[in-house]
Amino acid sequence: MEPVTYNLIGAGLIVIGAGIGLGQIGGKAMEGIARQPEATGKIQTAMIIIAALLEGLAFGALFLGK
Amino acid sequence: MDKLLNDFSPGLFVVSTILLLGLIFLMVKFAWKPILNSLNEREEGIQSALDAAESAKLEMQNLQADNANLLKEARAERESMLKEARELKNKMIEDAKTEAQTQANTMIEQAQAAIDSEKKAAMAELKSHVAGLSVDIAEKVVRQELSNKDKQLALVESLLGEAKLN
Amino acid sequence: MKVAKQTFKFFVVACMFFMSNLAIAETPNNDGGQVDTKKEVEEYILHHIQDSHDFSLYSYTNDAGERKHVGFPLPVILWGSNGLTTFMSSEFHHNDDGHVIVEKNGSKFTKIHSKIYELDAGASKVAFDETHHATNAHKVLDFSITKSAFGILVIGLLMLLWFSRLARQYKTKKIPTGFARVLEPLVLYVRDEIARPNIGEKHYRRFTGYLLTVFFFIWLLNLLGLTPLGFNVTGQLAVTACLAIFTLIIYTVSGNKDYWMHILWMPGVPVLIRPVLAIIELAGALVIKPFSLLVRLFANISAGHIVVMSLIAIMFTLKESLGVVGATGLSLVLSFFITLIEVLVAFLQAYIFTMLSALFIGMAVAEHEHH
Repeated sequence: MEPVTYNLIGAGLIVIGAGIGLGQIGGKAMEGIARQPEATGKIQTAMIIIAALLEGLAFGALFLGK
Repeated sequence: MDKLLNDFSPGLFVVSTILLLGLIFLMVKFAWKPILNSLNEREEGIQSALDAAESAKLEMQNLQADNANLLKEARAERESMLKEARELKNKMIEDAKTEAQTQANTMIEQAQAAIDSEKKAAMAELKSHVAGLSVDIAEKVVRQELSNKDKQLALVESLLGEAKLN
Repeated sequence: MKVAKQTFKFFVVACMFFMSNLAIAETPNNDGGQVDTKKEVEEYILHHIQDSHDFSLYSYTNDAGERKHVGFPLPVILWGSNGLTTFMSSEFHHNDDGHVIVEKNGSKFTKIHSKIYELDAGASKVAFDETHHATNAHKVLDFSITKSAFGILVIGLLMLLWFSRLARQYKTKKIPTGFARVLEPLVLYVRDEIARPNIGEKHYRRFTGYLLTVFFFIWLLNLLGLTPLGFNVTGQLAVTACLAIFTLIIYTVSGNKDYWMHILWMPGVPVLIRPVLAIIELAGALVIKPFSLLVRLFANISAGHIVVMSLIAIMFTLKESLGVVGATGLSLVLSFFITLIEVLVAFLQAYIFTMLSALFIGMAVAEHEHH
């Protein structure tokens, strides 16, 4: 296979991982909000921060492979 | 990765650093400081206005409480004054009564004493009068006795009757 | 007020969308030639993602067969082997593959793929190797007012204008009117939702100015990137790196004793582990944090631009299989919704950058209770 294809496979793996992670974050945040609607603001902030960190990781990996 | 590094332009980095530094400096000096200061001032103003309103409300409540207290005190004072006045009136009436009583009593006593002394004097006079009369009668009886024994007796009888009637 | 704001937002979004579609649909080419095939589209997009030395709106071929470019040149400032050299970018005549050579100040300059090279002494023509790299020329330090620098200048001036007007309004009235009234809640939002909770009541005042500047800077530049003017400022690594390094410097300089203590000699763990932790913490504080900041912003904005432009390019690439109307309709619908999402992303990225900066600063100045 050409190296480009390996890169694409790697990118796909990163996206899968990041997708699972984001799904977990979002899902858990939803659960938290459903359980304690009065803490929505705090949960949202924390969720965005964690999602941003994950996103940074995923982007870092993607660009390292590029 | 090397493509990314190739895209990285150090010149633009320097230019944007200079521009951003200048922008931050200018914004802080001409925009953010005055804006944030004014916002703080406004917030403090609002806060102090709220505080003032709150304290005014409290003061108002205090004032109302004071008023109620004053009213209560005034009422109590009036009450006590009325009571005092009533007592005074009663006392005065009582005093007047007792005084009148004592005066009446003394007057009565005086009158009694006067009556007594008058009575004594009258009695003394009567006694002396009776004595004089008795002497007179005795004299007359003695004279009559001397003329007529029966007549003399009758006379004494009648005189005595007269004397009793007196 | 709220309704008015929403209407305004919608208006802006709609304008942006239509303008971007119109402008790019009309100008499928930048440096001559048609953009029709997949490869040409790809090249065009990659070219757009990069910085450029002149401000060109669109180009066309006139009846006489000449390429005409609509736009204006920007100054080029170079530091080459003969010192400082300046000229206008129009001297390159929109050439981007090293064929036009500008001779200034005793050096020969040429532009290849938006980068300016200086020819080695004695060379008069650029020679390329098989991977299209110039063999007899080297890069020079390029302090030009490029399109991105121009965008930064424009946004900087706009910010200064808007916010100093807002600041002046407070001198005469308690509540601002007009456009400043829209800006005030945004300032309050950054102060109360980003700076205050993350940095803490005691220290937030010192950093609010920086955070506000960065927030509006990134947001407005992101929005500017969505206009058809073709700016991609926050998608330039140099700009995001500059922003991230500012944050790095601020939280490194203002870090208190506790912060350094926790990095270099973590209390509460076995002594043997402490040096290892110190290495990890140092790498985290000095490399990973700023790197994640700069890559996130760069990647999000670049990816957004690539996606929007690819969706617009559906018009050309699927013309054969879907027909003109079908391809245009599909491209219109898809790019409309992606543009809406990009407007959201423009705000979100500014928010996240500011938020994370505030968080990092907050970590550095936090006063820990001693255990």
